[in-house]
Amino acid sequence: MSDGDAQADDTTPGGDTEQSVRDRIWAVASASDIRLIAVTLLAIYAIFLFLGIVGGLDANGLYSSLERVTFFAAVYALVVLALNLQWGYAGLFNIGIAGFMAIGLYSMHILTVQIGLAYPIGALGAVLITSLFGALVALPALRLRADYLAIVTLAFAEIVRSILGSQRFAEFTFAGFDIGFGGATGPDGTLPDPVKFFLYKHPYSLRPEPNAFGEFYFGLFDLFIIDDSTAEGILYALFLSLFVGLYYFLLVRTGNSPFGRVLKAIREDETVAKALGKDTRKFKITAFALGSALMGLAAILWYTKRGGVTPTNFEPEVTFFVFVALIIGGAGSNTGSVIGGIVFGALLFRGPVFIERIINQRLEAEADPTTIFDAFGGIDPFIVYTTDNLSALRVVLLGVVLVILIQRRPEGLLGKRKEIASSIDLEDRTGGEN
Amino acid sequence: MVEQSQDHWLGSRLQTDPLTAGFVVIGVLFFLDLLRRLATGTVRPDTVATFLWSGIVFGMAIGLAGIGLAMTYSILQFANFAHGDLITAGAFAGWSSTFVIVGFGNIAMEILLLVGQPARISSQLGISVTTAPLAIVVGFIVSVLFAAGLAVGLDRVVFRPMRDQSGISLLIASVGVALALRHLIQFIYQPSTPSVVHDPEVPRQAIPVGSGSFTIDAHQVTLVVVALGLMIGVHLLLQYTKLGTAMRAMADNEDLAKITGISTERVVLYTWLIGGGLTGAAGYLLALEQGFLDLTLGWDILLVIFAGVILGGIGSIYGAIVGGLTIGIVSQLSIVWLPSEFTTVAAFVIMIAVLLVRPNGIFGGVTSV
Amino acid sequence: MTTTATEQDTASAEESRTATGESTGDPILQVRNLQKRFGGVVAVDGVGFEVEQGTVTGLIGPNGAGKSTTFDLITGVQNADGGQVIFDGTDITGRRPEQIANRGLVRTFQIARELSEMTVLENVMLAPPNQLGESLWRSVLPGFRGGVSEQEAELREEAWETLEFFAIDHLAGEYAGNLSGGQRKLLEMARVFMTDPDMILLDEPLAGVNPTLEEKLLDRIHELQSEGYTFLLVEHDMNVVMNHCDPVVVMHQGKRLMQGAPEEVRQDERVLEAYLGGEVEQ
Ligand SMILES: Nc1ncnc2c1ncn2[C@@H]1O[C@H](COP(=O)(O)OP(=O)(O)O)[C@@H](O)[C@H]1O
Ligand SMILES: [Mg+2]
Repeated sequence: MSDGDAQADDTTPGGDTEQSVRDRIWAVASASDIRLIAVTLLAIYAIFLFLGIVGGLDANGLYSSLERVTFFAAVYALVVLALNLQWGYAGLFNIGIAGFMAIGLYSMHILTVQIGLAYPIGALGAVLITSLFGALVALPALRLRADYLAIVTLAFAEIVRSILGSQRFAEFTFAGFDIGFGGATGPDGTLPDPVKFFLYKHPYSLRPEPNAFGEFYFGLFDLFIIDDSTAEGILYALFLSLFVGLYYFLLVRTGNSPFGRVLKAIREDETVAKALGKDTRKFKITAFALGSALMGLAAILWYTKRGGVTPTNFEPEVTFFVFVALIIGGAGSNTGSVIGGIVFGALLFRGPVFIERIINQRLEAEADPTTIFDAFGGIDPFIVYTTDNLSALRVVLLGVVLVILIQRRPEGLLGKRKEIASSIDLEDRTGGEN
Repeated sequence: MVEQSQDHWLGSRLQTDPLTAGFVVIGVLFFLDLLRRLATGTVRPDTVATFLWSGIVFGMAIGLAGIGLAMTYSILQFANFAHGDLITAGAFAGWSSTFVIVGFGNIAMEILLLVGQPARISSQLGISVTTAPLAIVVGFIVSVLFAAGLAVGLDRVVFRPMRDQSGISLLIASVGVALALRHLIQFIYQPSTPSVVHDPEVPRQAIPVGSGSFTIDAHQVTLVVVALGLMIGVHLLLQYTKLGTAMRAMADNEDLAKITGISTERVVLYTWLIGGGLTGAAGYLLALEQGFLDLTLGWDILLVIFAGVILGGIGSIYGAIVGGLTIGIVSQLSIVWLPSEFTTVAAFVIMIAVLLVRPNGIFGGVTSV
Repeated sequence: MTTTATEQDTASAEESRTATGESTGDPILQVRNLQKRFGGVVAVDGVGFEVEQGTVTGLIGPNGAGKSTTFDLITGVQNADGGQVIFDGTDITGRRPEQIANRGLVRTFQIARELSEMTVLENVMLAPPNQLGESLWRSVLPGFRGGVSEQEAELREEAWETLEFFAIDHLAGEYAGNLSGGQRKLLEMARVFMTDPDMILLDEPLAGVNPTLEEKLLDRIHELQSEGYTFLLVEHDMNVVMNHCDPVVVMHQGKRLMQGAPEEVRQDERVLEAYLGGEVEQ
């Protein structure tokens, strides 16, 4: 299945388009990479279901935990895919991811909540603003070595965070609009949750009443004893998954093309790319701006579920988590990026929280150990102390995983993968196409 | 990319390129503006003196911490993002010891070891450099030793197996170390910011400036004096010992170091020992000066330290000292023009500007020690 | 005269090439008084020479004479401290490498610079200039990709033919990093040929290449020469230089020592001395 066929369709209008569409869907679904992603996801669901059942969760609890897992798997997959374009393909070592995410989300807040634009228009505007910032950072940073670029991008992200959290810019007037970043606690006003628009008549009334689709949808989930808020979460997770699909489609096409080929060449040896006549600056700026824009959009999709916005959501750790996820999956591979996002978001990020919940449900500890010395008083206090402090231990684990991966398996879980940068199958000379 | 040629130190200093000239012009303009503000009375002299003094104190700490970072940058060729958390680890270990010494017998051992967690006991202990000098000296030494040992240990486990890998791989590994280290400290000490000194006990002296005055306290003086002493020590070591020669040689060229007869791995070992030790010292002194410990004590200033190191010409130890001092002073003085919440922003902006226009640094242009 | 100053259009270059065929006596490349220092080392010290259109000019000299650095300066990979490079009537001094390459002046590197984590085919397919799919929107937006893959299918055929010619077609799907030293050199040459150049600078292209292939390569170079391509060849094997290059430029200590027909070079005392001196130094 190919775009060559798409071309053929274009030139013979009214041809067997339906056939071709069905073929195309089938081809995508049967592609081994998609299967790989699906199998990973199912395996992770199985693990969580098993633990949940062992831990005694009810049906609603199980669904809701799967919903959370899907949510984090999806949001991480989105950011990781964006980073893969910059670092995996073009070798641009951007550790200012959190900054670009913050710019995207704050722009969204200003455009929708503060200025009053509709969700899709606000999102589009926010993405454009983020890509401009991406280009702005890329422009001078082009000449820098990878480690200097890292320092510059991290400093950029920290500058962004200080400005967003500062009292000075909590409220100001810009181009006639009274806007503001809201200081340390973030701007007032809840971001619109796009999924609510599908389900409710007036999503932001005090007691929103479901619309026709909402009635049907909630009714459906009632059959499986799933409450409305979990059902809503599931729809959001599906909405996110749709975007993962879109990102994947977009980035696979970007990577598997002459454009992607030049990016790879820049990563491998920029001097060679230049000596072969490629204006590498143009490619680097484009890749950086596109990647940043996708990071901004990912942040929007991530936090519109939550509604609130604060600068603390964009500490440098966010960036490093994304790096861990990409390295797990394997930098340079889009499929690996999705799998890395899933494995990281579900197992490493969400997994410990899930286990903490289950253990806390089981162990109603007598006295809460407050220091590490209390914890050594026995098995139970130790477990309780550990689970209480799981958020810290989780990051210790992430750090260790990162070190081990980079030492032993820098190519990621999937190993070296050949994702050939071309729109056609180069090895099949007779004309078979990708 | 083809390597940029490394200008000779003197040569590049004398070189007058437009970019450096631009920096100088901007600096002079700010200085003139400062004078203007002083003359017109928009800024009081004692305010400037306060900023200047706190800039010197902060800058000495940054410069001291920067030596280790510059050493690993030049000798192991990577940007060590775990450096900040090494500062934190050293500070926590040192202050645990100080607390144990001061409070031994009166307060439960585990509370002392955790620097008074969960209860706050700093006022009970009443620590300051004059009330508990011995405990502070011991704590300081523990910080140095602990951070040095930790640095060597981390090198053994994490960095040594990766000697042949790229600087970026090492950088990523160091990020992993940073994450793990900081949260391990959090796991042990819990997230909070325990006070370590008892403020009323700290001797202070007001120094008159113009019609007003500014205050210096004993802990600030301690920091400046000890940091200065250590910097001089490093200078003597580099210039007058065989090890120092080997280190300087290795920063330039690995093969060259072999001529001195000291093996590469030995030089690396001492790099971590000395760099790590100085880092621990900086951490302990910073906590002494600011009066409390913080899980992000080191991480929060890591980029500022990078800024100093970059300003001084990455990998140059003397550059790191001068760069750190400059960044410290400039970031504090920036309060004259900017809201005080933007001091680090000012430091970062300078750093980015230096990286973009003159990646060899403005004080050096050497990549050697 | 075969070209004009504004000439950048590959099609017209093609025509002019086939029209002229043999050497015309016009210098396609003029190098004047190039300078390059690395700290205390003067790598290139005022070298100057001309290369005539349609020749295979040899550039020889002992190790460290500054040949590779001269290539770097000509192709913009490094900036000269002084001097001038004129290609095809245009002053290209200080131009960026990609601009120079797009004018039809390309080079290979002495130590082959393969793109190791890309396959041999990807390496070769990178080279053709101005590919449609190098613009992001054409590659991504539905409805435009057809043209991209069509062009890629054409280039694929060309790429395979080039690989066949260089006898590395059996490695097409390999990562370039897995190739042997000689194979990498061949890949590099295949890559520059795919850029459709007018003039090619080859830095020791035969090092590590087996003798049969070496013969074939040299034949191919002459074949292309007769089509109007120009070559500047750095080579250590004197037999190759004497039999295949004319004229020959000799460099020594960053300067041009002499220039002439292979016979003259062979009999020149200074050349012998330079080489002997170089030998002794090592
Ligand atoms: N990047 C560089 N830095 C420092 N010295 C260099 C560099 N490149 C080349 N040189 C020096 O310049 C001189 C010329 O080198 P080169 O051009 O490679 O000679 P050739 O190709 O004729 O053997 C040599 O002395 C070499 O050591
Ligand atoms: Mg050479």
